Amino acid sequence: MDTKLKDLIEEKRSVILERWFDAIVETYPLDTTGFFKKQKDRFANPVGHAIVQGTEGILEVLISGKELNEDLPFLNDFIKVRAVQDFTPAKAMDFIFLLKKVVREVLEKEIRQNQIYDALLSFESKIDDLALFAFDIYVKCREQIYELKTDELKRMTYTLLKKANLMYEIPAEEFEVNDQKCNT
Amino acid sequence: MAKVEKAKLPKPEEISNIDYHPPATDWMDTPTEFKPGTYCWGAKEKDLLTLGLPNPRQWSPADEDWKLPEGWETTILDGIAERLAKYRSFKIFMDICVRCGACADKCHFYIASGDPKNMPVLRAELIRSVYKKYFTKSGKFLGRLAGARELDEKVLKEWWSYFFQCTECRRCSVFCPYGIDQAEVTIIGRELLNLVGLNIDWIAGPVANCYMKGNHLGIEPHAFKGNIESMCDDIEDMTGIRVNPTFNRKGAEILFVTPSGDYLGEPGIYTCMGYLMLFHELGLDYTWSTYASEGGNFGFFTSNDMAKRLNSKIYAEAKRLGVKWIIGGECGHMWRVMNQYMDTWNGPADFLEVPVSPITGTRFENAKSTKMIHITEFTADLIKHNKIKLDPSRNDHLKVTYHDSCNPSRGMGLLEEPRYVLKAACNNFYEMPENTIREKTFCCGSGSGLNASENMEQRMRGGFPRANAVKYVQEKHGVNMLANICAVDRAAFPALMDYWCPGVGVAGTHELLANALVMKGEIPRVIDLRGEDLPGKGGNE
Ligand code: SF4
Ligand code: SF4
Repeated sequence: MDTKLKDLIEEKRSVILERWFDAIVETYPLDTTGFFKKQKDRFANPVGHAIVQGTEGILEVLISGKELNEDLPFLNDFIKVRAVQDFTPAKAMDFIFLLKKVVREVLEKEIRQNQIYDALLSFESKIDDLALFAFDIYVKCREQIYELKTDELKRMTYTLLKKANLMYEIPAEEFEVNDQKCNT
Repeated sequence: MAKVEKAKLPKPEEISNIDYHPPATDWMDTPTEFKPGTYCWGAKEKDLLTLGLPNPRQWSPADEDWKLPEGWETTILDGIAERLAKYRSFKIFMDICVRCGACADKCHFYIASGDPKNMPVLRAELIRSVYKKYFTKSGKFLGRLAGARELDEKVLKEWWSYFFQCTECRRCSVFCPYGIDQAEVTIIGRELLNLVGLNIDWIAGPVANCYMKGNHLGIEPHAFKGNIESMCDDIEDMTGIRVNPTFNRKGAEILFVTPSGDYLGEPGIYTCMGYLMLFHELGLDYTWSTYASEGGNFGFFTSNDMAKRLNSKIYAEAKRLGVKWIIGGECGHMWRVMNQYMDTWNGPADFLEVPVSPITGTRFENAKSTKMIHITEFTADLIKHNKIKLDPSRNDHLKVTYHDSCNPSRGMGLLEEPRYVLKAACNNFYEMPENTIREKTFCCGSGSGLNASENMEQRMRGGFPRANAVKYVQEKHGVNMLANICAVDRAAFPALMDYWCPGVGVAGTHELLANALVMKGEIPRVIDLRGEDLPGKGGNE
């Protein structure tokens, strides 16, 4: 990535992260207590923790120039949270695009002074690339929620199926996969 | 069944139009929405008819018209008046909250959603605002200025939504300086809703089953016996020992009662095999009952009367069979009921004796009145007196943590016994962080009858704070087994773990105990209770 822009972002990293965090918190229902922001204990406030981890991780990977892929644990962890928080898909994913807005706002003057619009555009298109991976993760999370229901039903009726000798009729491999997950 | 809704990806122009600032409406003006995945189905007509509950009809919470009975407002207000007179605690909870906010961020549903109406203080306010309007002077005259509001259909829908988004876990009450127990407010809220036919299917169905057949799953006596016997077959394959439990045997010393999830679903059945093996090894003079075949009590999530009705069979069976005392299996809410309500509802059980362990001679004074002890109390006492032989190395492939189920921990103070049993049975035991265990334990997110499947998204959300702590010990210590003493946990946690911390299994405490239990005359163990090879024990791994 453009070194000038990279330096500028590095310099303002903490402001950018803070504003981005605030913008994400604003996507939640009105909360006058500022809980997500104020409570710093990661166990008392797992959502706040996931936002911090997610935003720091994403910004790092964007400016480090590392290759983007789906296997980004912080992205995965945060999208898992968004996927069960009563958002529409668009709203669940908007947190990524908020970064564009924040970077433009925070670095407005510097970008103008240094005339690095091209660098900004390519940075923004990297955000778009990341968003595509993020959508994939989101869709997988939503699909998993439906799978969890069927798996649960199978567990609930396990002995009945076994007794009726029906176990071979339901996808046995799927069951084994789950069992293994439980025992490894 | 809900249709699988594929997530629609937004178009770029839609994304740029996203409004990042939700409207700053007051909570009273924020309407309740019913989105798929976040609420449970409504109670079915047939179940309400079976139970003789009011307003049986087909309806759906997503419908505009909930088909409420004529004059429902009066029914609810009379219901509130009756309960204010009957339960002093309810009146106090309505009056003394000082809005200090200490409870606000302690509810797992709030922590995970940020929805203000999931703050315990606001959840109580949903009823309190109506109480103020109709039962206090200031509310009558000042109305909204005093935080009062009229009861209308919108309010009722909001109650339904948020009282079925509270798992009655009582975590909030631990932090309230006045001891206000939001779980009790929810319990009363649900009772009121039931007066006009507003229960959820996942509660009303099991309650109707239990009323007709003795257990939530509607399993009939022959199937109950059959299930247990097939577990005995599996035990024989594993140990070479034939376990012969008895059913409805008059004159047994002890009656054993456990939740039905233990003899049907996975992984509950492995816990049940654990009980069978332990009792056999001790030569305990005990019996199962095919009538008192349910330790859990979803009536408790419906109304006080319903809970009492379903609970009555336990003492009735103890009396009919002429036992001396009762042991109860690993269950959560069952123990809140047994410990705090059974004696007042259906006691005193004078015909029973104070439980005395026939193996150690320990007299369980704590159960002097109810005559019923929790199985981990019984087992911890055995271990303490060195009465059973354990080989914990059989659990060496497991790294275990323990989830304090809400009701046994906060409702009866059962904190040490399960840990004592687990530490004796497993060499690798790790605690989750201090502010997520014991009295401060985080709920599984599926308690109090909310472990349906249609609300899976809501369950994953509510269980996030719990799973987040599990994930921490998974990453830090390699934990791969979440032990617990609750049948709802065993049913609900596998999904929660699969979503948030794949690779962590779920087991009852007595499953792990029985893995380690060295039985007299057993063949060398090469498989565990799940029929899987025991690493390092000469299996075919
Ligand atoms: S009882 Fe539990 S679920 Fe209900 S409001 Fe309190 S913390 Fe939340
Ligand atoms: S902690 Fe107790 S007094 Fe304080 S707001 Fe909550 S319920 Fe009210």
